[in-house]
Amino acid sequence: MSEMTYLQAISDGLREELRADERVFLMGEDIAVLGGAFKVTDGLAAEFGRERVIDTPLAESAIVGTAIGAAVVGMRPVCEMQFADFISCGFDQLVNVAGKMHYRQRLAVPLTIRLPSGGGFSGGPFHSQNPEAWFMHAPGLKVVAPATASDAKGLLIAAIHDPNPVLFFEHKHLYRRIKEDVAPGRFETPFAARVAREGRDLTVVAYGAMVWSALEATADLDGASIEVLDLRSLVPLDERAILHSVRKCSKLVIVDEANATCAAGAQVAALVAEHAFEHLDGPVVRVATPDVPIAFSPPLERALLPQVEQIKEACRELLEY
Amino acid sequence: MATTAREPGVASTTGLGESASGPLSVADRVELLRYMLLMRGIEERALNLYRQGKVPGSFYDGCGQEAVSAGAAFALAPEDRLCVLHRDLAAHLVRGVEPERIFAQYMGRASGITGGRDGNVHFGDRRLGCVGMVSMLPDMMPVAAGMAMAFKLRGERRCALTWLGDGATSRGDFHEAMNWAALQRLPVIFVLENNQYAYSTPLRLQFAVDPVERAAAYGAVGQTVDGNDVEAVFAATLRARERALDGAGPTLIEAVTMRMHGHAAHDDMRYVPAEQLEHWRARDPIMLQQARLQAQGVDVEATRNAVAEQLDAALARALQQPLPDPASATEGVFCEGEAEPLGDGQAPYSGYAARGTDRV
Repeated sequence: MSEMTYLQAISDGLREELRADERVFLMGEDIAVLGGAFKVTDGLAAEFGRERVIDTPLAESAIVGTAIGAAVVGMRPVCEMQFADFISCGFDQLVNVAGKMHYRQRLAVPLTIRLPSGGGFSGGPFHSQNPEAWFMHAPGLKVVAPATASDAKGLLIAAIHDPNPVLFFEHKHLYRRIKEDVAPGRFETPFAARVAREGRDLTVVAYGAMVWSALEATADLDGASIEVLDLRSLVPLDERAILHSVRKCSKLVIVDEANATCAAGAQVAALVAEHAFEHLDGPVVRVATPDVPIAFSPPLERALLPQVEQIKEACRELLEY
Repeated sequence: MATTAREPGVASTTGLGESASGPLSVADRVELLRYMLLMRGIEERALNLYRQGKVPGSFYDGCGQEAVSAGAAFALAPEDRLCVLHRDLAAHLVRGVEPERIFAQYMGRASGITGGRDGNVHFGDRRLGCVGMVSMLPDMMPVAAGMAMAFKLRGERRCALTWLGDGATSRGDFHEAMNWAALQRLPVIFVLENNQYAYSTPLRLQFAVDPVERAAAYGAVGQTVDGNDVEAVFAATLRARERALDGAGPTLIEAVTMRMHGHAAHDDMRYVPAEQLEHWRARDPIMLQQARLQAQGVDVEATRNAVAEQLDAALARALQQPLPDPASATEGVFCEGEAEPLGDGQAPYSGYAARGTDRV
């Protein structure tokens, strides 16, 4: 075991896969010489060569499209979007070509796309988004979003091993903030939820950076026993784990850093309404970013993104219901 | 290099009866005719099925463009990979898709190539090295470039090819793929099927500069050929393939042709002047190849009859095939097992067979 940041754990996962599987190669904008805008791929070009760590032109549609082509002829491409926001420029290839390929012609597309996502540091409307739900709505794509360093490495390795297109949302605000012991070598984290803290009185469902906000908000909440469920995977969604936790605690708060409408949390709320209604002792409560672009100026951004205090307040109100 | 000619003269670029492409034997040239006849025969029968209500949705064909897909696909090797478009049925036939499965595909039957998952020519038999197109065009250009990128990374001597239409050259993926492929000198061939119209939009409303002229600006080779001369398309593709395998990068072949039917079966093409259709009807690609072979004493009637017989039997069998089980509608969205890459296709060009595996 060695202590690693969330960012180092992602780099480590990439390195392990590049070493172990010659089919794996990386491509993206500024990932080779520069080592990536966030330095996730720093040193990898030197270790594995420019043929396996490829600086591409500024062309997101071609990054996704060529990765699809390489994947269907036996490679295991791992693409980096410089920021998750730019996946909008590669949306068509992902949703229409990659996502529908296996259903239409039984042709697997083993493709991983890394998407640095999330706000909290004045990135503004085009460098702060959480577009997970765009892809949850598109059949054929898997969507994962780790919260811890170990999960970042394990989910990434599992994504690269998966025979399907997987979108790997790595939260920028966790890159250097989160640090823990991470197992060496290659290991897979399952595309399933994780109980971040066990509890009895109320469940908070979250993923990505919001897991940490939820843990902080509920660490000491008037002595209440709060369970925090880290989804880790949004497609597939671990319905069994969500329903199990809600049936146990009977109260549910769902936190999304994404814009509220049709977000992952909305799907969780619908699931619970359909399958655990009779177990609820209060309304399902959602804390999410309103349907507004993520503003640049710190007070405006704070007013939009879910804050620890808001989560606390939501939990308190529901506990008293 | 590039020329601006969009409508080559009535005489083919090679001249009737002349040996268009040295390596083609007479048997190869008959095969080229046969694939075009198969394509037209399948599409004529399928259009009838559509009018009888047996083909759901809409129906698209490539009438008048048979030479473009037959000629280009015929120049490829089994280990090459293709992304095939909706007016390129002959490419599937060259690779080895049986006509019966194509009829079943049109009718949404369980035995169609996609098992009813997708319609008309939206298919690719993965075992034969083909990726099925999507409706967003030219999305297959980056995909083909990506296949070529993998070949180059692995040091393999093979290429990828995709077709695209004149309308598709206006979209960003054309630019991204041309730039990417030229920059990395990828072994990829783009066959621009210039059939004069994107639905109802004529070339003059699509672009100010012929797209083949843009090739040089990207650092690629651009070449215009007579898209109604199957041997000319074959020869251009063969040269492009050699360049690709030699590491000389991508080629954009503009095959100039004419869409002789509407965009789809519902389209009456009132926007196409009658004289334009007349002009192209006189240059029908099947007629041209037949004339060429007849001049060499080939009995083309025998080929025509054999094709008709084959297709009638295939259609009769396809009509017996069941529709898919509705209970299977949600299956197969994700791959549950190992990812199995595209397989090799049939490549009947006898020159390759003769030269064995060490072909160029």
